[in-house]
Amino acid sequence: MKVGIIGIGIAGFRTTTPELSWKELTYEAAAKAYQDAGVDPRKDVKAFVTCAEDYWEGFGIFDEFTPDQIGGALRPVCTVCGDGIHGLATGFMQIQTGLVDVVAVEAHSKISDLLTYEGVVQHALDPIWNKPLRGHPFYVAGLEMNAFLRASGNTEKHCAAVVEKNRNNALRNGIAAYGANVDLNDILTSEKAFDPLKKLEISGLADGAVVLVLASDVAAKKLKRKPVWIKGVGWANDSPSLETREWERAKYAELAAQMAYRIAKVKNPAREIDFAEVDDRFSYKELQHLESLGLAKKGQAGKMTANGDTALDGKFPVNASGGSLGCGDVVEASGLHRVAEVALQLRGDAGKRQLDGVKVGIAQSWRGIPTTSGAVAIMGVNQ
Amino acid sequence: MGQTPQKWPGIELSNDDLLNKKVTQTRYHPRAKFSWSAGEAMSRFLNELKEGRLIGRECKHCNKILFPPRMFCEQCFKPTSKWVYIKDTGTIQTYSISYLDKDAKRITNPIYVGVVSIDGASEKMGIMHYFGEVTKDTIHIGMKVKAKWKPPLERTGSILDIEYFRPLKEGEQ
Repeated sequence: MKVGIIGIGIAGFRTTTPELSWKELTYEAAAKAYQDAGVDPRKDVKAFVTCAEDYWEGFGIFDEFTPDQIGGALRPVCTVCGDGIHGLATGFMQIQTGLVDVVAVEAHSKISDLLTYEGVVQHALDPIWNKPLRGHPFYVAGLEMNAFLRASGNTEKHCAAVVEKNRNNALRNGIAAYGANVDLNDILTSEKAFDPLKKLEISGLADGAVVLVLASDVAAKKLKRKPVWIKGVGWANDSPSLETREWERAKYAELAAQMAYRIAKVKNPAREIDFAEVDDRFSYKELQHLESLGLAKKGQAGKMTANGDTALDGKFPVNASGGSLGCGDVVEASGLHRVAEVALQLRGDAGKRQLDGVKVGIAQSWRGIPTTSGAVAIMGVNQ
Repeated sequence: MGQTPQKWPGIELSNDDLLNKKVTQTRYHPRAKFSWSAGEAMSRFLNELKEGRLIGRECKHCNKILFPPRMFCEQCFKPTSKWVYIKDTGTIQTYSISYLDKDAKRITNPIYVGVVSIDGASEKMGIMHYFGEVTKDTIHIGMKVKAKWKPPLERTGSILDIEYFRPLKEGEQ
């Protein structure tokens, strides 16, 4: 059975949203998605998936709070404690079973409600091995960047080029919270944070919500919608421990992509896929992910970026949306936002950042430090 | 049926053993502080509490007064339409008498707690709160109650601006 995206709703993104509760923010995205899909959530949507993590929300057992704001009161609802693409995969599978034909997937960030972001990330470290060392948890990104650059041959300048590209792309994206006309020099001279990682190479946090409506091919036809097809999904984790994981490459992204490529029957990703939205919470992550997904040859992602190949008008545009660096890190909504961007591009609805003639796109997510949790979705205009 | 052993094998640990670090341990206090935006609906609700009033939102599509107020109706998924003041009286829907405090310590003066459906709001719309001026013999499901407000200067915009709900007296509104 084919599954496609028939509705897209995005609310935000902004550095803070003091006037709205997380419920009201999510409602805004949901109402937009249902309008876009032309569905009544109370009748047409058969199941609902929320992606959320208790510690981001500040509620225990957050699952309890998910139905109302997405139209899921007294309906089949479940929560995935993971990134939005994990939720997309869940919705995809629910439809594949034949039990339901229309599913809404939601992920949001009200991260401005959390006053101690670093504290929560630090709390994710192993209690016996790592927590006694205290320290800011982002040193994990410094460790990884150092190992990755050394092994791959990509440079700090290449990483800075990622930031320059993404934050400038974001200027063309109405929802982006961190669009800016920064240049290489601004980034390379920004203060050192977790050497070799510099301050401007770290995505800022943002509030926002994303809701997507998925439908089976039959349901989409009945609703008279032209879907963006989900061709394949995949997800994987590397080791949870800092001491036994791959530092040089994103193994989780490699494995997640292998699964998605197998389902989508993609043999040569660099040739068959036209553009990508990949996780760029830290500058080097975009390069590492491109290589792990097989979209750049090992050690070449940096050069591709510096040459402009991944620019809006390049051979293989990456993060046309502006990515997390440009739009803001919306925690669990990050992956779903990228899926939404790929779908908008494939529909031709990406406005000032619309890419020409794109037919197949890939979205990839990473759950951030200290996880090695990744997910991938491949979408196309043709069934 | 298994019998509870009178004495467990091994060496029992006391709380003092832990506190005096006689046991190998690692301690960590997560830093997780939140400051939730109340949002449009709850902000108004909390501000009205300072005035000693309860407010709801009307959903004209469902012909309901939603309380606590929300900006959208979970039944029809449309935005709610207007603010409506409701009363501070209501009916006990359910209650429990707690003989344990929050630390699970036994208490002699029990805590009366329950859900009140508020007059003027739609059915099954209300607030969970304490009950006062009741005994285990007088409190009952269906009892009419009224909010006992704190003095205006002591109100902070919290549901604790209501101290408790007490029985509605005859002739009272």
